[in-house]
Order: sequence, then structure tokens, then C-alpha cells
Amino acid sequence: MDLQTGASGSNVSLARRAWAIRRNALRMGEVQGQGYIGQALGVADVLAVTHFHALSYRAQEPGWEGRDRFYLSIGHYAIALYAALIEAGVLPEDEIATYGMDDSRLPMSGMAAYTPGMEITGGSLGHGLGIAVGAALGLKRKANPAFVYNMLSDGELGEGATWEAVMSAAQWQLDNLIAVVDFNNQQADGPTLDALATGDEAPKWRAFGWHAQEVDGNDLGALVAAFDAARALPDPCPRVILCKTKMCKGIPFLEEREITHFIRVEADEWALALEILDAERPQ
Amino acid sequence: MSDAAPGPNSRRKSKFTPRQAATGGARTSAMIASLDAEGRQTVAAPFGQALCDLAATRDDIVGLTADLSKYTDLHVFAKAYPERFYQMGMAEQVMISAAAGLAREGFTPFATTYAVFASRRAYDFIFMAIAEENLPVRIVCALPGLTTGYGPSHQATEDLAIFRGMPNLTIVDPCCATDITQATRAIADHPGPVYMRLLRGQVPDVLSEYGYRFRLDRAQMIRDGADVLFISTGFMTMRTLDAATALEADGIDCAVLHVPVIKPLDIQTIRAEAARAGRLVVTAENHSITGGLGEAVAADLLRAGLHPAFRSIALPDEFLDAGALPTLHDQYGLSVASITARVRSWL
Repeated sequence: MDLQTGASGSNVSLARRAWAIRRNALRMGEVQGQGYIGQALGVADVLAVTHFHALSYRAQEPGWEGRDRFYLSIGHYAIALYAALIEAGVLPEDEIATYGMDDSRLPMSGMAAYTPGMEITGGSLGHGLGIAVGAALGLKRKANPAFVYNMLSDGELGEGATWEAVMSAAQWQLDNLIAVVDFNNQQADGPTLDALATGDEAPKWRAFGWHAQEVDGNDLGALVAAFDAARALPDPCPRVILCKTKMCKGIPFLEEREITHFIRVEADEWALALEILDAERPQ
Repeated sequence: MSDAAPGPNSRRKSKFTPRQAATGGARTSAMIASLDAEGRQTVAAPFGQALCDLAATRDDIVGLTADLSKYTDLHVFAKAYPERFYQMGMAEQVMISAAAGLAREGFTPFATTYAVFASRRAYDFIFMAIAEENLPVRIVCALPGLTTGYGPSHQATEDLAIFRGMPNLTIVDPCCATDITQATRAIADHPGPVYMRLLRGQVPDVLSEYGYRFRLDRAQMIRDGADVLFISTGFMTMRTLDAATALEADGIDCAVLHVPVIKPLDIQTIRAEAARAGRLVVTAENHSITGGLGEAVAADLLRAGLHPAFRSIALPDEFLDAGALPTLHDQYGLSVASITARVRSWL
């Protein structure tokens, strides 16, 4: 399968994009000595496919009317999206050093007013999909063929507001809406499967009238196929891609650490993680 | 079996005390959302009509409701512009979020529900999806304060207190049909989010006879007077005007300052009027004594170094009773008779 980027026609491989996203995220984590690095490493492959294969956008014109909208519900995943936006050229690489600092455009939790390419203010979970419903309705009113993507977390599936939005999207037959769920089975107090998720999520979405796919969220080929299918589907219904991801993916010594919502990384381990990553740089 | 104890401030009787049917003249709470016109001219669905008039020239205006179009007068718009009307179902959170999404795409959404649901159920969504980004969504809500006899599930006695803490949000509490019509036009042009309290159905008209023009940035003197300064908002301006007329008979000369915008508050006008010597200042609002107009005015006057004789007419900090609206307005002090009696007692 051709894993080159689709939208931009670049010949940089998606594996290399995912690698760069992980690297940017680790460098930001190193700046603060903390950050949601487990989530960022886990979702890097998904963001490589969204931002370097599926989405249409203009790096130098973030407000371009023809762009596909990308709404990040999960504010604490900002480090991951910043990493992708830096790789995409929306944000300059040298702002990595400002991550989480006073006056930075890269606050710890993502907010629309701070960062180009950050379209909504996330962080209060369960908001993004509803906003995406409104944007999808608005795009249809304008006969704008762009898609709205909402990246949300498995934990957000516990919010009632998410299911209001799930019902609403189906009611309005929003075939221009693609929900992307990062299912890493980890929320603040422990495994999502010990809270409100059942682990068998796709049938729920289908029962609500959605086209649902479950994929290995760390398999670039499977992700490309899923996003292509979601976009090409002729059915008048919203689409969801449930991405099963592995926290800390790509850095073995972190993958093996006890996985929690907020991964503890010692001061000297950031450089070690970068060293490991650099040794495995894809073409 | 426990006889659930009412709260420390409740006046409710025990549910185990039997009652008898009244023998005549009893008032009913069966009408959910109408304010007694009290002999005044009324206008049908002023908000819905004003929104239709706006929509005729503005393609950006869209309407959303959470299963309450008929009870917020949005059905008038829905009928005239069905393709611009979004029935979002009984789902206030997604209605508000979707309004934010539509605003992001350049539309001017008017989202309607009851004040209790917007303030209590949808608060976080209004705060984060709309106010934090200063999006031009207008949230227009029926049953503000005590305008229904259905009890606390429908009586938004604390909505102003809830919303006053929200940055960027403009809060409008119109008095009558004229006020609603003009406020609807004014808020359509406002660049940020707005919460507007709504009187719906056959709405009395009061302010047109005073040559009044609604302004988002001004509290306005409706009548002047030397003894009492009423500072009132919402339909309580209708009541204070009637009280002023009644008090004239006692030789008490009352001014009425109408404050249709609770936030941002026109403190210049309020301070200037409160600074005039010799007047008792009486705030009047269709809202709890906690966190509404009265406290906002009191705090500002104190900060400004002004300390006139000061009283507030407002609802008590209680879960209010069910019952007929006129009964409840008497019981909780919003009726003209109650206002006039208390003003006399204060002078």
C-alpha cells in the first residue's frame, strides 16, 4: 500500500511523519519535564494519517474556507496536535521551546484563541462532537464540501453530551462528519474499560445510525484504509473510526512502564527516549 | 415513611396535610407561561416576529431549539424559514454545542429553551464552546424567574446569578413586547454571546407609550420622581411603573430606571441617578435576592462611595411553591400591591 501523503502530494512517508510527530512531542515534554506524552506517542500514527493523508488544508492559511475542519475535544492531547502542526508547517519548529511557558502559543491544554490550527477549545470533555455537529450543519448550509473531523477520547464516551451529539449527527444525516476515537483504554482514574466503556464500541455507534470502523490505531496501512473508506462512503450517515492505540507507542521502555493517564518520565529519560527514536528514523 | 422536611427557608406545608377544594375564586397554575396582561395591549410572539423580520434580510440567521419552539415563540420562525430551523430534540447540550459550531461557520444562531435548562443543564457548554471564544450565539429563554406556577423544575429564579459569572456574556432581561422586539434586533448585531430572558405568547406592551428605544449600553429613565428611585429589570419595570402610579395617590413621587441589560451593567447611569439626594433606592427584579440586579447595583454603589437608603424587591432564596402566578407574585412580593405596601413601609 502506498503510504505516501495524499493531500499534499509529498513524498515523505507517513511512517516518517509519525516519527516526526513523536519526536516533536518528546521535545516539548522535555521542555516542561512533563506532559501527556503517553497519549501523544500513542496517537501519533493517527495524526500522521489525518494531517498528512486525509485532511485538506493550507499550512500558511489555517482559516482557509475550503479546509477540512479538525476539532480536538481532548485538550490535554494538545501536545500531540502541536507536534503534528509543527511537522505540517502550520507552527514553526522553534516554538517547541516555548511549550507550556508564559506567553506561549502552545499552552498545556489546547485552546482555539492561542494556536493556529487549533480550531476549538477542548478540555471540558464531551464538547467537541456537538460543536462538530453544528459545523457540519453549517458547511452543508453553505454547500461547502469540506469534512469535519472530531478527535475524541474513549473516556469522552462516558459523557452524556457525546451521545446527544451521536444521536443528533445521525438525525441530520451528517455524512460530512468523521469522528475519530482514540481508544487507549486509559482515563484519569484508570482503565476506561473499568469505568463506562464496554470495549465493544462499534455496535453502539452502528445502533445509533453511524458507519463504524474499528482499526489498530498504530497500523498506518489500516488507518489509511479506514480514513479512505470513511471519506468515500456514499451512505448519508456520519462516520466513526475507533482507533485502538497503545500508550507510549514507539518508546519500548515507556511502553513497558505501568501505564497511567499521566506517564511519569524522569528528567534523564527524555533524552534517552529521543535517542531511541532517532536510532529508528524511517525513510 | 418520612415526611421530607422542607429546607430551612421553605414556607411549604407538609405533603401529608390534607387540603380541600376552594369554594370559588381559586386561581389556577394550569397556564404554564403567560403573564397577565393586566388590561394592557398585547403583542403576539414578539420575539418570533422580530426574528422573522430580521431573517428576511439576513441569511446568516438560523434558529435552534431543544423541543421548545412552540413555548419560546420560535415556531413562528420555523414556519416562515423551515430550512433555517434546527429541531435539536430534547438535548440542550448538543443544541448549544451545535449553535457554537454554526457560529464558527459564520452563522448567527438563536437557540431557545427554558431558562432553567440553559442555565442549569447547558452551562458548561455555553461557557466553553460559546463564551470562551466570544462566539455570536444568542440564547433566548422562556420562563425566566417566576413566570410559571409549575415549581422549581420550571422556575429559573437563579439564572441571572448563574450567568453573571460568565465572562463575555451579555445578559438581557426585557420588560415587554416593545422591549423584546427591539432587543432582538439589537442583539442580532452584537459581536459576542447573549443570554436573553423571554416573555412569550401574548406579551403585554408597556414601554412604547414612553417613547422608549432599547439600547444595549444604556439603562433608561422611564419616568422621573423625587422620593423613590426604582431600579428595575424585566417585567418588574411594568410592575414598578404601576406601583409608581399607585403611590402617586399617596403623594409619593417615584422615578423608574429600567435596566434591560444586566451585564454589562450601565453603572454610569445607575450611579448618576442613585447619587441624587433624598431618594430611596429600590431595586426590583424577577429573580432571587441572591446574585441578581439588586446585589449588582448594591456592590457597584458601594464601590463608588454612594450609600443611599437602599432596599431590594426580589424573590426569596427558596425553592418556590407551585400555584397560580398571581398568587405566587403576591406571596413572593412581585405584585404591584406588594411593592406599594413595602415602599410605604420603608418611607
